[in-house]
Amino acid sequence: MMDDLKALYQEVIIDHSRSPRNFGSLESANCSAAGVNPLCGDELTLHCILDADEIIQDIRFVGRGCAISLASASIMTEMLRGKTKTEAEKLFDQFHARVTGTADGPLVDIGKLEVLSGVREFPTRVKCATLAWHTALAAINKTDEQVTTE
Amino acid sequence: MQSALTIDRERIATAAIDPTAIREQFPILSEIVYGKNLVYLDNAASSQKPLAVTQALDKYYASQHANVHRGVHALSDRATEAYENARKLACQFVNAEHVREIIFVRGTTEGLNLVASSYGRHRLKPGDEILVSEMEHHSNIVPWQIIAEQTGSRVRMIPMDDSGQIIQEEYLELLHEKTAIVAITYVANSLGTVNPIKQMTQRAHDVGAVVVVDAAQAAPHLEIDVRELECDFLTLSGHKMYGPTGIGILYGREELLDAMPPYQGGGEMIKRVTFSGSEYAEIPHKFEAGTPNIADSVGFGEAAKFMWNIGFDAIASHEHQLLEYCHERAEEFSDIRIFGMAPQKSGVFAFEIDGIHAHDIGTIVDREGVAIRVGHHCAMPVMRHFNVAATARASFAVYNSIEDIDRLFDALDNARELFNG
Repeated sequence: MMDDLKALYQEVIIDHSRSPRNFGSLESANCSAAGVNPLCGDELTLHCILDADEIIQDIRFVGRGCAISLASASIMTEMLRGKTKTEAEKLFDQFHARVTGTADGPLVDIGKLEVLSGVREFPTRVKCATLAWHTALAAINKTDEQVTTE
Repeated sequence: MQSALTIDRERIATAAIDPTAIREQFPILSEIVYGKNLVYLDNAASSQKPLAVTQALDKYYASQHANVHRGVHALSDRATEAYENARKLACQFVNAEHVREIIFVRGTTEGLNLVASSYGRHRLKPGDEILVSEMEHHSNIVPWQIIAEQTGSRVRMIPMDDSGQIIQEEYLELLHEKTAIVAITYVANSLGTVNPIKQMTQRAHDVGAVVVVDAAQAAPHLEIDVRELECDFLTLSGHKMYGPTGIGILYGREELLDAMPPYQGGGEMIKRVTFSGSEYAEIPHKFEAGTPNIADSVGFGEAAKFMWNIGFDAIASHEHQLLEYCHERAEEFSDIRIFGMAPQKSGVFAFEIDGIHAHDIGTIVDREGVAIRVGHHCAMPVMRHFNVAATARASFAVYNSIEDIDRLFDALDNARELFNG
């Protein structure tokens, strides 16, 4: 079998897709967003608690999708807990550059997200890997807006 | 029909169709993808094109092209003749009575929108009902929703059962004097089900409703006969039946088309234009505003000839054998679930593998050179019926072989290996 497939479907990915971490609803969430991939019908809802200092105190998700989108959501929730909104946005930019193969200069350490970098060999699957991130950023930015209007 | 079968490779090999000879007419099938010979099993999305079709397009542009119906010069004559000859071939393809009952459109989607917009706007009144089956492609749902909203009429769903067949008792229950239009697919793209169009048309006519048939998936597999079916409208796409993209036909019964207002306004569709009003051309030109897709209509005619040359009986029997073989191979695996088990079924194998999402299957088999479709197949109500987000679908054409199906099943083993170790 081809190496790029093995690089894409690493054991960690399969494991996270089968047993996603932080899967479920979050009663006390103060920001949520729903994301869909209209091309494939995959859907994901993200809940999080963002405190007054814009730190992600907790983050959980529900939804269904392919192994790449579930594993990406699962790993993302592990990475984002405790991060500030700004840190989350920066991490997404680095992750996005890695999975689209558009990163300039020396490789930035993206920690556990590295396991998803095999996606860059599969351009049609980049949307699967980034759905959870787009949804998370929509969720935390929506809270920002609500906070401002208050 | 699909039970107690043993795999008889010899019988399949000696069937009326020799895929090897046919493949020579399709250069694209020799493409190498990821170092593997291409296996193209995404025919329900779009089929590949034989040389006869692509060469006809070349010839048209090299020696026949000008605008139609308006020039007095030789080339305009040639183009007009080529275009109107294609209409005659299309008329024969669906066995319509009159050539003027054939309108060239971009494809099935435009055909359905034309009927919904022009016939629907003219005919639908508040409280009227449009019946649409649960297995329709979005293009046979959304245009009806749009026109229902504009006219105060209502779209109602004819449910299907778990084998993927329309529940006829429910259909009869839904039919009544308020039913104005019944819009059904001849062959369901996501399941392969072949619907009993003639019988359903007769029941619809009993209550005075007209029947619109989406024949996009039927055209590559079945001999279409609008007079036998007795339907009022029928539309199909060239690109799914070995023809070019961007061309399709709409058949409509003459008296219905005559009574309908135009779909779009412009050149070609008028007799006389003044600022106090315009007089429209006769059918079919009334529905063909602007310069038509002349070249691809010629390609469409060639695609029809390509299918006649092989013969519909041979096509049906070849694809049926591929489907049977596919079902038999699937039975070897307890983790495969098939969607669509209607006794009357065309060459569509829609499935899922337990624990592996359809998208992952699609990516993994693609790396083995096997092209299949994964997703909701523009049939979200069907996905909802089976409570899945997506399915994988292999769909067959005349050039597919038993080996292609073996390649698919070998590639599926790779998916199991990656996911189950």
